[in-house]
Amino acid sequence: MDLVCPAGNYPSLKAAVNQGANAVYIGFKDDTNARHFAGLNFNDKKIDQALDYAKSKGVKIFIAINTYSQSQGWPRWKQAIDRAAQLEVDAVIAADIAVLDYAVSTYPELNLHLSVQGSATNYEALRFYQQRFNIRRAVLPRVLSLAQVQALAKNSPVDLEVFAFGSLCIMAEGRCHLSSYVTGESPNMCGVCSPAKAVNWEQRGDVLESRLNGVLIDRYQKDVNASYPTLCKGRFRVNGEVVHALEEPTSLNTIGLIPELSKIGIKAVKIEGRQRSPAYVQQVTQVWRQALDHYARAGDKFAAKKEWTDVLAKVSEGAQTTLGAYLRPWQ
Amino acid sequence: MAVRKMKLSLGPLQYLWSRQDTFDFYDLMTSLPVDIIYLGETVCSKRRNLKTGDWLDLARHLTEQGKQVVLSTLTLIEAESELKTMRRLCSQDDFLVEANDMAAVQLLSERGVPFVAGPFINIYNARSLAFLSRLGLRRWVMPVELSRASLKGIFDAPEAKTLEQSLETEIFSYGRLPLAFSARCFTARAHKLSKDNCEFVCGDYPQGLQLDSQEEQTVFTINGIQTQSGDVYNLLPEVADMKKLSVDILRLSPQREGMRDVIHHFRDAIEGRHIAALSSDAYCNGYWHDEAGIFEIKPL
Repeated sequence: MDLVCPAGNYPSLKAAVNQGANAVYIGFKDDTNARHFAGLNFNDKKIDQALDYAKSKGVKIFIAINTYSQSQGWPRWKQAIDRAAQLEVDAVIAADIAVLDYAVSTYPELNLHLSVQGSATNYEALRFYQQRFNIRRAVLPRVLSLAQVQALAKNSPVDLEVFAFGSLCIMAEGRCHLSSYVTGESPNMCGVCSPAKAVNWEQRGDVLESRLNGVLIDRYQKDVNASYPTLCKGRFRVNGEVVHALEEPTSLNTIGLIPELSKIGIKAVKIEGRQRSPAYVQQVTQVWRQALDHYARAGDKFAAKKEWTDVLAKVSEGAQTTLGAYLRPWQ
Repeated sequence: MAVRKMKLSLGPLQYLWSRQDTFDFYDLMTSLPVDIIYLGETVCSKRRNLKTGDWLDLARHLTEQGKQVVLSTLTLIEAESELKTMRRLCSQDDFLVEANDMAAVQLLSERGVPFVAGPFINIYNARSLAFLSRLGLRRWVMPVELSRASLKGIFDAPEAKTLEQSLETEIFSYGRLPLAFSARCFTARAHKLSKDNCEFVCGDYPQGLQLDSQEEQTVFTINGIQTQSGDVYNLLPEVADMKKLSVDILRLSPQREGMRDVIHHFRDAIEGRHIAALSSDAYCNGYWHDEAGIFEIKPL
């Protein structure tokens, strides 16, 4: 299985390449990608540098152009595809029908991957994107159990890539409007979820409050680790009890599933986190490279090492990890 | 686009109601001025108070009563059994089908039959709309997070000129907004149950389970694997404007309480009769005004 790693800037890209990523995915510096954060992503000069570096080390570059264009903004998405084609990147990761259609009809040689934002969770949906846009690979939303991934892989017309590690979306990606409901900005429209500009931290006596566009997401007592206020990880009152009604702050970690995912025929595992630091990319890529190499040698004797899970836990949200939807009881 | 008479639709029932309550509800609808009724389970395939055959029987009955019936497919399709149900809906010829997943778009477009795209088919621009209309799209429901300005942008784009004159635009205009779908059942979680052993607790919440912030602000409503808006979305004050924009159909989403009044109010608004305000409940309408969906923008 290939290891696909995130990079939000050039130092992260170098770290991913140096630690053994097979491919690195990046985005342009605008809202054409789903990590449209201030200070993140690649301008023209940096992208040339990134491509040169990756190519010199035999590592592939994928460009995410995976948000949905609104009619008024179309020239930005068109330019992004034009630019990616000129750069001869190894793949473009896209979701919007308009973007996929433009890409395949203008640049038939451009290698297209369906983004997780395309929200394809079954083989009939994958057949649609394969037949209409000749996609070669699809990234699966984090909603399927391991058995469902296995069944899908058997019938899939294209290669599959799954999320292996990082922040956990618990909703079907591409079909979640929670962020725009509270902040006006969403992954599909703006390339952001729970955007930083909507976040507010307030200390009230001993209690720290996190808010998103004025809506209280959580309250933390002294000495409790506070998490970034993402809506699906907030604490809400439901049936009289204050609980993490949707999900706790936690990260996805599937390192123990490497043998299963490999046997199913998954083509690539993806690390989430273009918004994270170069140190994160360096550590996570290193651990996953070691784990995949270990599996290649050990086969069925593979077992996740404690030193790996320790490193991954340290860089995880809420310092805890889960198998998420892969594991049926989680659902 | 040609001027057509604006119609009212009743969206698919999003909640789990008892078999009898469901039949009673649709029975009431036969006497009310809605033109189009969407039928079927769009949220959770475990819900079987009405089986596919029951929905089809109901569809035939409502057609005889003069309603246009559309069959809605499941939104999040993960299992073979779910594909099977979806195939059954997509392979019949008696009723139009609302595709809520690209799987249904695939089957319907392969068959070459006209279809409707539900609000979770991601049509954010005129190019996507034009592409799908070439595949047989006859009506689309705008994604709920889009605004009046987005819609205007779509209608004003050059590609809109290539659209069939008959393509209809439907706007989600009343009800709790469907916002997200997950693998996890949140209603079961609230009862410390797993989805596989959910005991169908969502059936205890005929309008969903309210989720408030720790300072008692209503934020979301949970409905099984679906998350909805906390407040009811209400575009009643915008009907005249939507008519001017050539919106063809207004979608009202079934709520347990007060649908008779809601339907009459919207009908009055379409006919240009004097409209009284709906009950004094809290509403939201931010999305239409290009703001956070949770806000209620009051008319000036």
